[in-house]
Amino acid sequence: MLAEIRFHGRAGQGMVTAAELLAAAAGAEGKYSQAFPVFGSEKRGPPVMSFCRISDSPITTYDQVSEPDIVVVADPSVLSSVNVAAGLKKGGIVIANCNCKASELGITDAKVFVVDGTKIALEHLHQPIFNTVMLGAFIKITGLVKMESVEKAIHEEFDEKSKAMADENVDAVRACYELAKKD
Amino acid sequence: MALTTINNSAAIALAASYCKVDVVASYPITPSTPITHELDKLYVNGGFPKFIPVEAEFSAISSLLGASAAGARTFSATCGQGLMLMHEALFSTAGLRLPVVMAVANRAISSPLNIWNDEQDSMCQRDSGWIQLYCKNGQEAVDTVIQAFKIAEKAMLPAMVCLDGFYLTHSVGQVDIPDRDKVAAFLPPYKNPCVLDPQNPLTVGAYAVPADYQDFREDLSADLEASARTIEEVGKEFGKAFGREYGLVEYHNCKDADRVIVTLGSVYNTIELVADALRAKGEKVGVAHLRSFRPFPAADLRANLGGKHVLVVERDISPGAVPPVYAELSEALAGTGSTVSVAAGLLGGREAKRQAFESLFERMKQGKVKGWFCSKEKKL
Repeated sequence: MLAEIRFHGRAGQGMVTAAELLAAAAGAEGKYSQAFPVFGSEKRGPPVMSFCRISDSPITTYDQVSEPDIVVVADPSVLSSVNVAAGLKKGGIVIANCNCKASELGITDAKVFVVDGTKIALEHLHQPIFNTVMLGAFIKITGLVKMESVEKAIHEEFDEKSKAMADENVDAVRACYELAKKD
Repeated sequence: MALTTINNSAAIALAASYCKVDVVASYPITPSTPITHELDKLYVNGGFPKFIPVEAEFSAISSLLGASAAGARTFSATCGQGLMLMHEALFSTAGLRLPVVMAVANRAISSPLNIWNDEQDSMCQRDSGWIQLYCKNGQEAVDTVIQAFKIAEKAMLPAMVCLDGFYLTHSVGQVDIPDRDKVAAFLPPYKNPCVLDPQNPLTVGAYAVPADYQDFREDLSADLEASARTIEEVGKEFGKAFGREYGLVEYHNCKDADRVIVTLGSVYNTIELVADALRAKGEKVGVAHLRSFRPFPAADLRANLGGKHVLVVERDISPGAVPPVYAELSEALAGTGSTVSVAAGLLGGREAKRQAFESLFERMKQGKVKGWFCSKEKKL
């Protein structure tokens, strides 16, 4: 099993961290994983991508994920400027943060899921940062990693002093897990 | 072997602290910043006795030059323009025979400004007298940092551990972090035979008159060449201690291959995947990873690749001339009946699709290949 995942969002929304948390969660479950970013001039705002690979066997390539099995779109505003489905494998999965119907995204040959992640981010994190939120939908829809592994990864990401922030993020992941629909 | 899911930069910094580095001096520059950041974090938590927060890379290398001359084990990390700024002092460090070890997070050089990965930065330091070891993944980077101290201190030469910026410096994955006590057993404490010491004054970096200067340069050159043996010995010792053996060049399916692609760094992994798929279809292709660029393992390459069609995928250029790895490989394989080809490019973060490597292997069937790789203008 090798799952190749591509995250789309905007710089400053934690896309790198999203991929890293996912890799850490998979690693904690004894799987092989890899996460790395590609970003522009390191300013907040422009569209960014990050990548994650999860596999049963050691991962021996470091090239960018150009033919993903799963695409996660964390910021709805990139949908109008970036072809998020570029190279997506036939029958692949798109999980988009969007307050609309999946059919409205115009992505064909893919299983498209939408969840209003912005609403959850604003409720739980009080700011439009979508990385951890979208992991909730990812867990529900793909089942590739367990909720407790992601929770553990989040707690390890924050230090002791920031435990309250870690808890907020865990709550946001859980809320998005509940809200996301598998079919 | 216990695998840890960790960012490679954090793993490299941890490996350096297990090597009991006395002095770290490093200035942040993308994409080596995470290594500097992790080194500083370890320092704050007692991982290193001294971290010099320098104001620029020239000071970083100059501080380490001094610290090393005073008998300290030293480490730094830089890349791209940072490494360029060190240029002058790199030559001095090697000439003074100081075994400074430095991680280089390979990055493009200006202008135009670009922070992404290629190997132009370290390649253009090739005549500085430093040992240069290239890593194809995070595990190799961690293992090579540990070996680099032993190699550098045996050869009394500084060593760069080169790893691709972003691809390796910013990736999280599974790494076997060698056990701290086993590292201590593998790497004896650093003892410089002629230390700067106020109690026993001596001159370091003396003037060499025309009658003597060339002798020093001859010695430096001979010793850098001879360090190939040390790299092999230390690679074998490391294998015995940690289960992963290293050499000068890694050959994959090269023995019976008629076509071999040689490269450096993380792009090797993608080429290996492509070569394995072609092997499965019955094509006699191989791949080689040039781990040691300085010293250049000419004899090793000649013995293993002589007579074959060998193509270098090279991520650096020498404007107005052929690129360096190609030039040196051509010299190494001269007279063996080899055809030596080159595809230079993938600069500043340009990435090749796997099909591009397939095409390269296919194109090699027609004879010598020479030109830009993945160029918008010129087809190979």
